Amino acid sequence: MQKDIQTIASLRKAFIQGTDTPSAVLLRCKEEIVNRDGEIHAYLDVYEDALESAKVADALYKEKGADTPLLLGIPVAIKNNILIKGKKATAGSKILENYIAPYDATVINRLRDAGAIFVGATNLDEFAMGSSTENSAFGPTKNPHDLSRVPGGSSGGSAAAVAMGSATVALGTDTGGSVRLPASYCGLVGFKPTYGAISRHGLVAMGSSLDQAGTFSNCVSDAEMLFGILQGQDGFDMTAYTKDTYPDIPKKEKYRIGVPYSFLGEGIEPDVRKLFDEAVLKFKELGHEIVDVSLPRMASGLAAYYIVMPAEVSSNLARYDGVRFGLHVGGDTLLDDYELTRAAGFGREVKRRILLGTYVLSAGYYDSYYGKAEAVRDLMRDELYSAFADIDCVLTPTAPAPAFKIGEKSDPLSMYLTDVFTVPANLTGMPALSLPAGVVTREGIDLPIGIQCMTPHNGEARLFDIGKKFLGE
Amino acid sequence: MAKLSRIRVSPSEAEALTGEFDEILGYVAQINDAVDILPDTRKVPAHANVLRSDMVTTMTGEYTEALLDAAPERHKNYVLVKKILSTIDE
Repeated sequence: MQKDIQTIASLRKAFIQGTDTPSAVLLRCKEEIVNRDGEIHAYLDVYEDALESAKVADALYKEKGADTPLLLGIPVAIKNNILIKGKKATAGSKILENYIAPYDATVINRLRDAGAIFVGATNLDEFAMGSSTENSAFGPTKNPHDLSRVPGGSSGGSAAAVAMGSATVALGTDTGGSVRLPASYCGLVGFKPTYGAISRHGLVAMGSSLDQAGTFSNCVSDAEMLFGILQGQDGFDMTAYTKDTYPDIPKKEKYRIGVPYSFLGEGIEPDVRKLFDEAVLKFKELGHEIVDVSLPRMASGLAAYYIVMPAEVSSNLARYDGVRFGLHVGGDTLLDDYELTRAAGFGREVKRRILLGTYVLSAGYYDSYYGKAEAVRDLMRDELYSAFADIDCVLTPTAPAPAFKIGEKSDPLSMYLTDVFTVPANLTGMPALSLPAGVVTREGIDLPIGIQCMTPHNGEARLFDIGKKFLGE
Repeated sequence: MAKLSRIRVSPSEAEALTGEFDEILGYVAQINDAVDILPDTRKVPAHANVLRSDMVTTMTGEYTEALLDAAPERHKNYVLVKKILSTIDE
């Protein structure tokens, strides 16, 4: 793994001083991909035209030095459910295998304006549905720390791309933990912003009330810089809020950190719990206060999530009909076309969620599933806001266990349970940050573990501050 | 459900999915313990429907070719679709 491309700040300094160049860095990234991606399979596509952009960046640094955009020449990997004009946007699905994006997503536009170099498109669970990247129609991604294990999902390719040293930072999307979980499994900082902080325009939709673009990086400062570039309205997403929507959540010298101990009861592996307790101790030693906070509603989060999300999936994925774009399988009638196209184009997990969503939204079941799940979201939000009257953030592990073996969780429900700590942030729309907190050993190999911090809406400044204090940045 | 979802599912696939379904529905049914009776109203979130004026922001035809090219079958500037009305005899 390349040590010298790990942070935006270090790269930018080298570019300005002239001790390194964007094209030299990009070539080293590509070399890393050639050497290791055959095994890891983080990438679905490596962009040939990146070198041209890097050479332009070389010249700009020579001419203007520090007077250049903040991300000029920085290699960034992009999850393949984010549209880049003229490139394939497969979303990890056969149904979009040959789909070429006709426009740039807003997040891509903003990265482009900031001078970022797009290294390539990264692998993901089909339509971002999964916690392991095993559900990709193009084969699984492997964890760079242990090739027999998953990188987490659904943004597993983006996490692996940064962890293997082929990109400084990466974009993912997070609907129920799809950035934070792989960040935890791969030893990275994973950030999910407040719902509505960043425009979703140009992201392949999964659960529209839950989806947000998020970032992978080796440090909190990089996540903070990316957020500064990506955030804000664009006129294409009516849920992207203004800076007046939520009150300011100020930074503090010392924080009162709430840990929902009763929610951490069963299911957490003992050494993961031990690492978490050590992280708590570290916060105490840094002078922060730890309080036990009661959040009984959090326990219902996973059930609510696996109702709301499939419901939104069934609605969002209705657009893949083989008529306007994507795969087309012809039958005798238009209805045959629809059914055959969708049968051939969607993988097992996607079908499962569409069917489940159709079921929970169907007449007679709406009130007992979807209606109640939405009510639980309100209750969870209220409960967190009551807790935030007394505490500054909520701290939990990111996941109950380290990365699992490829093929280990063949039964869908056991896979769903890995999301227990991450879904509350999506259901309530609050921002959350996964921070690397050490390693546990499995079969003689060190596997990274993350802790997760969550603040009220619009609490990003505080979240980054807490993260930097914890990691000593 | 497969019919409503417009996905053709083979009998063997249906059988496997049914088993998985029962397990997942069994799990999510705990939502009924969390909320007994549905509240009459839902809270309006702090932010909703951030609207802009209804103005065309692109040039006419800017995306026409790219979008039509993405269609599996096209005829000039139309996307081809199978006919959906048939005569009674059929």
